[in-house]
Amino acid sequence: MNHPMDHLLRTDRLPHIWCPGCGIGTIVSCCIRAIEESGIPEEQFVTVSGIGCTSRAPGYINLDSFHTTHGRAIPFATGLKLANSRLKVFILAGDGDLFAIGGNHIIHAARRNVELVVICVNNFIYGMTGGQVAPTTPVGGITSTSPYGNFEHPFNLVYLTAAAGAVYVARWTTLHVHQLKRAIGEAFNKRGFSFIEVISPCPTEYGRKNRKARGIDIMKYFKEKSVIKRDIDLSTGSFGKLTDIKLDGEIVCGKFVDIERPTYLDKLEELKTVVSISLK
Amino acid sequence: MNTEFLKGEHFVQGNIACAEGAIVAGCRFFAGYPITPSTEIGEHMAERLPKLGGVFVQFEDEIASIAAILGASWAGVKSMTATSGPGFSLMNENIGLGAMMEVPCVVVNIQRGGPSTGLPTMEGQADVMQARWGSHGDYEIIAVSPNSPQEIFDLTIEAFNLSEQYRVPTIVLSDAAVGHMTEKVKFRTPEEVKITPRRYTTLKPGDYLPHKPDSDLVPPIIKAGDGYRIHTTGLTHDERGYPVMKEEAQGRLVRRLVNKIRKNANKIIRVEEIDTHNADVVVISYGITSRIVWSGIELSKRKGIKVGYLRLITIWPFPEAMVRELSNHITGFVVVEMNLGQIFYEVERCSAVKTLLVPHAGGGFHKPEEISQAIEEVAKKRK
Repeated sequence: MNHPMDHLLRTDRLPHIWCPGCGIGTIVSCCIRAIEESGIPEEQFVTVSGIGCTSRAPGYINLDSFHTTHGRAIPFATGLKLANSRLKVFILAGDGDLFAIGGNHIIHAARRNVELVVICVNNFIYGMTGGQVAPTTPVGGITSTSPYGNFEHPFNLVYLTAAAGAVYVARWTTLHVHQLKRAIGEAFNKRGFSFIEVISPCPTEYGRKNRKARGIDIMKYFKEKSVIKRDIDLSTGSFGKLTDIKLDGEIVCGKFVDIERPTYLDKLEELKTVVSISLK
Repeated sequence: MNTEFLKGEHFVQGNIACAEGAIVAGCRFFAGYPITPSTEIGEHMAERLPKLGGVFVQFEDEIASIAAILGASWAGVKSMTATSGPGFSLMNENIGLGAMMEVPCVVVNIQRGGPSTGLPTMEGQADVMQARWGSHGDYEIIAVSPNSPQEIFDLTIEAFNLSEQYRVPTIVLSDAAVGHMTEKVKFRTPEEVKITPRRYTTLKPGDYLPHKPDSDLVPPIIKAGDGYRIHTTGLTHDERGYPVMKEEAQGRLVRRLVNKIRKNANKIIRVEEIDTHNADVVVISYGITSRIVWSGIELSKRKGIKVGYLRLITIWPFPEAMVRELSNHITGFVVVEMNLGQIFYEVERCSAVKTLLVPHAGGGFHKPEEISQAIEEVAKKRK
C-alpha cells in the first residue's frame, strides 16, 4: 500500500536508520508536507546536510539531495543557492553539526542573509557517535563525555541566530507538528536566512542517560514543559534569555523573528547593476 | 577594464593571469578566503566576476570556500577557489568530498614555504604530496604545475578542462614565485582556446544514475534543480549515490575513482622534454624550479656532459611510464625541487638508475652550481 507522500520519499531506501522514538522522521514528514503545500514546484527544492543522524534525512527525501561533510552543509548550500537563485535550498542538520563544527558558518550565513532554510534538529546530544556532549546539552545533562553532568553553558540557538541576523526564527518541538509544518512553509516563502529549531527526542542516547529512556516519556516532557509565547520578539534582542533551555525546564516555543531585510542575492543584483552602469 | 575578456598581450602578475584564465575557461563562481601569496586571485575575481554576471564570495574561512564551490558546481556553474599552504590544508577534507561526489572544480594553491605558517611571502614547492593525498582515503586528483604567468593562464584553462572531462577536483599547484612574478602574457579569448564543456547526461530523470560511469570510467553529470532528483554523498555509495556500507561497494567505488585517472593517465599527462633521448643525465623539475635548472644544465653542458631536461607540466598523475622508459637508457636522474624530496621519491621508485635529489627548503632558489654538481656526480657513474 502506498503512502500519500511516497513520491517525496525514496521508498527504495526504507527502512531508515533511525532508532525507535527518534524525532527525525516526524520532522522529515513535516518538511515534505510543507513542500507539497507550498505550491512551489518540487524540482526547485534541493536539500543539503552535513554529518550525523539528521544528516541522513536528505537521503530519504526524493529531491536533489546532498550529504556533505561534517558542519559544512551551510556553505555547500550557499554555493548551490548563489549559483542558481531559482533553487529553494533547505538544510536538515543536527545541533552539533550546525553549532559546534559548523558554528562559524551558520552565524555568517545569517549575517549575509543568504536565502536558505535551516531546520535544526536539537536533541541536546551527539546521537550518531554515541551520545557525547553537545553545545546545546543543558547544564547538568549526563552524556558519555559529561558523565558527571555537563557544566558548560549551552548555546541558545534561537537567540544566537536572531542576533546573527536571521530574518525568520522559530522553535517548536516534535510534538508541535502542525506549527512546525506551518513554520517550514513560512520559511520556504521567506526571502532570506530562516532558522527553525526543532526540539526532538533522542531516547537512545540522551533519554537513557537522563531518566527518559522511552520516546513517549520525552514527548510527555515536551507536552508538560513547552510553552508557546507569542510576545517574544528576538529581533529586538531584549527577551533572549527567556528562551534559554534548562534541564527539565520550560521549553519556550513560538515564532520569534519574522522580519524583512535585503538578501545576499538582492545585494548582489544591486552590485551587478551598479557595475554594468559604470561600464557604459 | 571594459571588455569581457582581456585581449592581446599584457604585462601582468601570475595571480592575475590565473584569474583571467579561469574567466576564459568559464568560471563564474569564486569562493575564497584571503591568504598570502594567493590573495590577488580573489581580489581580481571580486572585481571581474560581477561584471560578467558571476558571483564572488569572500567566505569566513577556507573550509566554507571549498564547500561552496562544490555546491555551486552541482548547480551547474564552473567554480574555483584559490589559496596557499595553510588554507590548502584546511580545504583537504572537502577536496576528498569533491573526489567522492565527483565534482568538477578547480583549486589553486599558490604554494609558500611551510610547514605551518612557514614563509607567507616566499616560495615553496612542498605541498606536492598534500595535493595528491592531502585528504584521507584513497583517491586520485589531477594537478598541474605552471612555471610562468603565461603558463598559469593557459594551465588554469586546462585545469578546468581536465576537471570537467574527468569529474574530479583539479589543482593548479603553483607557488609564490610564479604567482607574484610579472611577465608578458598573451591572453586568449574563449574562441581561441579549447573549452571542454560539462558532460551532462542525455538520459531522462529516472534512467540516470549519478555515479554510473561511461566506458572511460567517468559518469556524466546533471544540474541540481533539473528534475533528476539525485542523491549524492561522501559516504561509500553505489551508482545511484545511495550509501552502501559493504566491502564490495567500497572496492568497486574506490577502484573506479582511482582508475578513472590512472587508466586515462596517458591522455592527461603533459610534459616538456628537451634532449632526453641523447642524454646521459636527465634533470627532472617542475614549476618555478624548472626555470632555475637551465643555468645548472648549461654549466654541465659546457663540461661536455649530455644533459636532458624533463619538466612535469601535470604533476599528478605522475608520468611513471615515461620515467621508467627513460631510465632504460640513461645513467641517472637529477631531481630538482623546492622541498626535501617529494617528486624525488616518485622518480626513484620508477628508476633503475642512480637518482639524485637537489633539495631546497624554500624561501629562495637553488644555486646553478648545486644542480651542475649533482648532474656531474650522476654522470660519473657512466665511467
